[in-house]
Amino acid sequence: MPTLWFWIIAAMIATYVVLDGFDLGAGAIYLLAAKTHDERRRILRAIGPVWDGNEVWLLAAGGTLYFAFPKLYAASFSGFYLPLMMVLWLLMLRAIGIEFRAHIEHSVWQDFFDVVFSVSSILLAIFFGAALGNVVRGVPLDASGYFFEPLWTNFKLDADVGILDWYTVLIGVMALVTLSAHGSYYVALKTDADLGRRARGFALLCWPLQFFLTFTALVATYFIRPTIMANYRNHSIGILIPIIVVSCLAVMLWANPKGKERLAFIASSLYIAFMLAGAAFALYPVVLSAREHQYDLTIYNSAAGSHGLRVGLVWWTLSAILAAAYFVFVYWKFRGKVQLGEGHY
Amino acid sequence: MDSALLVHRLHFAFTATFHYLFPQLTMGLALLIVVLKSVALRRNDPVYHEAARFWAKIFGINFVLGVVTGIPMEFQFGTNWSHFSRFAGGVIGQTLAMEGMFAFLLESALIGLFLFGEKKLSPRAHWWSAFGVFVGSWLSGYFIIATDAFMQYPVGYYKASDGSLQLARFWTFVLNPWAGWQYAHNMSGAAITGAFIMTSVGAFYLLSHKWTAHARIFVKTGVIAGCIFSVLQIFPTGDRQGKMVTELQPVTLAAMEGLFHGQTQAPLVILGQPNEQQSKIDNPLQVPGLLSMLTYRRWSAHVRGLDSFPKEDWPGNIPLLYYSYHIMVGLGTVFIAIMAVALLLLWSGKLFNARWMLWILMLAAPFPYIANTAGWMTAELGRQPWLVYGLMRTEDGYSKLVSAGSGMFTLLGFMGMYMVLGILGLFLLWREIEHGPVTAAVSNFQLPADAIREAR
Repeated sequence: MPTLWFWIIAAMIATYVVLDGFDLGAGAIYLLAAKTHDERRRILRAIGPVWDGNEVWLLAAGGTLYFAFPKLYAASFSGFYLPLMMVLWLLMLRAIGIEFRAHIEHSVWQDFFDVVFSVSSILLAIFFGAALGNVVRGVPLDASGYFFEPLWTNFKLDADVGILDWYTVLIGVMALVTLSAHGSYYVALKTDADLGRRARGFALLCWPLQFFLTFTALVATYFIRPTIMANYRNHSIGILIPIIVVSCLAVMLWANPKGKERLAFIASSLYIAFMLAGAAFALYPVVLSAREHQYDLTIYNSAAGSHGLRVGLVWWTLSAILAAAYFVFVYWKFRGKVQLGEGHY
Repeated sequence: MDSALLVHRLHFAFTATFHYLFPQLTMGLALLIVVLKSVALRRNDPVYHEAARFWAKIFGINFVLGVVTGIPMEFQFGTNWSHFSRFAGGVIGQTLAMEGMFAFLLESALIGLFLFGEKKLSPRAHWWSAFGVFVGSWLSGYFIIATDAFMQYPVGYYKASDGSLQLARFWTFVLNPWAGWQYAHNMSGAAITGAFIMTSVGAFYLLSHKWTAHARIFVKTGVIAGCIFSVLQIFPTGDRQGKMVTELQPVTLAAMEGLFHGQTQAPLVILGQPNEQQSKIDNPLQVPGLLSMLTYRRWSAHVRGLDSFPKEDWPGNIPLLYYSYHIMVGLGTVFIAIMAVALLLLWSGKLFNARWMLWILMLAAPFPYIANTAGWMTAELGRQPWLVYGLMRTEDGYSKLVSAGSGMFTLLGFMGMYMVLGILGLFLLWREIEHGPVTAAVSNFQLPADAIREAR
């Protein structure tokens, strides 16, 4: 039962990163890709009706994590106290950047919120990447099952680690590049003319970086945690994951210049989903690794009671079906290239 | 008090109090917008459509503020109250996760359609999007109340071998008897906020002779809803909740009422200042026997006072609890009076010209916020010194590794951030209100008398 919940939560996190990832990425390239007032409105319109729903997957995943693995939730949220609070502030700034901008037609007002929206999107992408880096690298958990990490120490991976060190910053930069590319593919899919072309060019620019960082991150991860390969050695099915990741990269490179925007976006989504799946597969059954491995939080020592997990499966399944239904409906309603005209944003 | 404990309590109290300013209007307006849209559809009345669209704009701004201030709430269980999360997460994780999975996903998916999709949907489909947002926001309310109800009156759990609480009976926990009346009381309070705000904006337009056709709809809808929910707020919901407190948290009742000594024919204190040093109420204005009557339905009944309980189980801040409770009840009574008079005037056709009453209705807008805030303070201060009633004390629940300094850092951050959000929100809301339901040029729905008055 805890194994099932491990994969459910991994899938929810992947859903979050794929969905909110494209609007974070669109925010990251926003100032550079969209030059005119109308172009900026087009980007905001492309993400406007869906960004809030996408972001809710973070809350839904967080809530489900709390329910299924309360000890993990308690340890990680208090241990990552400072960066999490900063993530909250950034999420707030970003939301009002998107939503309040359109209320007043004044260039000073709008320029201000443009910068707020874009900068907070960039920082969020880096923070989320660094968070993943921390989970993989390990945190200073002790016998009490808690830890508290400072924001940074000396950027080295010794006993006294901080949230940011060279490894987690590397993963943060990779996340930024990946999501920028992902956002570019989405903007290319949803817009046309100059803006669409520029977004495609951006994605093309991101590709070599993304390719390079994917392999650097892989090598770095193996270097700091050699045990990471154990699951891949023991379960040969795992080899499918890197194969899919590499083919997604290839499809992105091929589809983008050919103007196959939908295919490129799908490949980018799958790339993200399978990169995360790869990390989850390597970590399993650990959910938060400790610097000293006897204190690792695993699905077994952090899960909620079995009755609660069984009951949860019933309502979770029901709610997931409902959620899928209205997400499909909303995306279908707002399908196609965005048009300017009457309406918000 | 340990300073880290104080900082973590203030952190949650501040962010929760500020947050709840927005959902109460979201939930109240969601209901009233569904009413407006229903009338608009049924009568095919363009003024009602415009009225609904106007409130959707206000709703949109308020909703964003509710969402962004709500996200920290779910995080803070882990960041600031990790020992509590570890202790009770096996139970309350259920309702918090369900809120995300059922309510938030529904609400957030439909809010885009509701706010921006009117042209893409048929009128009936758009009504459903509004209805979905209403259901989502009210569901969300239930899950939060059910979570709080577990902290007030834990049921449906068992204690696992590691000392943590785990779910034993799902339905017992989700349908906690405490949650039922608390939910009804809370949602009625939210509807009061929605009704008073709608009435207030309508009264403002009537007083300034603008958009009078719309304003009449606002005032009429607001006064009828305000009257219904103000009454429901006291009876049966408030009354029944008081009985639950009497029965299940008697020490809380004694502190709320400022009853230091248990007695028969216990008086109800209307005004007065609790004096903890001398265990009495200073300058009391009280009705003899009424407290006994209200709690046990007998004038002669004995009501237990604070002296019947060990001092370590008393709520920590008795004066604040006492004042919160009295402010809530006092304002609730005033709301009934205001709305009853307004309803009489409406019924006799005089309300729209009774400027003195319109002034009162306009200026009443902030008070439901104060009453709702005071109500939540009563519930949560009354729960002290427990975090989970009878099972975990507040001082054992916070994140022990997060120092007072870190907590203060983020508390100040939130204060700054929320001040900016509050100013921006008020500014934008004021602009929408000033802008009105329709631009003057396109409104063809002014009544002749108003049109003449505006022409002057």
